[in-house]
Amino acid sequence: MSERHVHYTVRVSATRAAVDRPTQILVCLAAWAVPGAGHLWLRRPKGVVFLVALPLMFAIGIGLEGRMFPFDLSQPLVALAAAADLGVGIPYFVARGLGLGAGRVVASTYEYGNAFIIVAGLLNLLVVIDAFDVAMGRK
Amino acid sequence: MWRWDESSLVESHFLLLLVFSCFVSVVFAALLRDELREQLRLGVLMFGALVGAALVVGWLMYPFPL
Repeated sequence: MSERHVHYTVRVSATRAAVDRPTQILVCLAAWAVPGAGHLWLRRPKGVVFLVALPLMFAIGIGLEGRMFPFDLSQPLVALAAAADLGVGIPYFVARGLGLGAGRVVASTYEYGNAFIIVAGLLNLLVVIDAFDVAMGRK
Repeated sequence: MWRWDESSLVESHFLLLLVFSCFVSVVFAALLRDELREQLRLGVLMFGALVGAALVVGWLMYPFPL
């Protein structure tokens, strides 16, 4: 067995996490609800980056007068944007509860705000997938 | 005292581009790399690529106003 192969084997076994199926589902739900929570649950410190960056990005989008789109299935692109907005988890419901995210179309930063809100949600969905991979022991 | 004019509008748009690129590159770097050194390298590379691509595409669209 070559030295390179031995190194690879050790690395894979060191990153494998022993998490059962119900816990994997709970990790994914936590990762969606609170950005970074899934990684922190699995003792990955990079979760702090997501915990700070994604809600902040979402808040900046709201501050830029972006809109949280409604689930209007008669307008497919609007519905897709709404699904992306929802990806950020609890911050979405907090903003809804506070009556934020109405958007002001004539604001010069309206489209920037939309981009911040939508991308924050989509990035959090990638974070959820990554947390699932970690929980499965793939990373 | 700060006054609104066209140049400050352009500057603020560029600032928003920088902020957006910063957030996206930080999250992707943390997501795709595990070592701090590799994260920094990828983050800087991605930030530069996002800002550079936006500027290049912006200038390419300059002769074609809608």
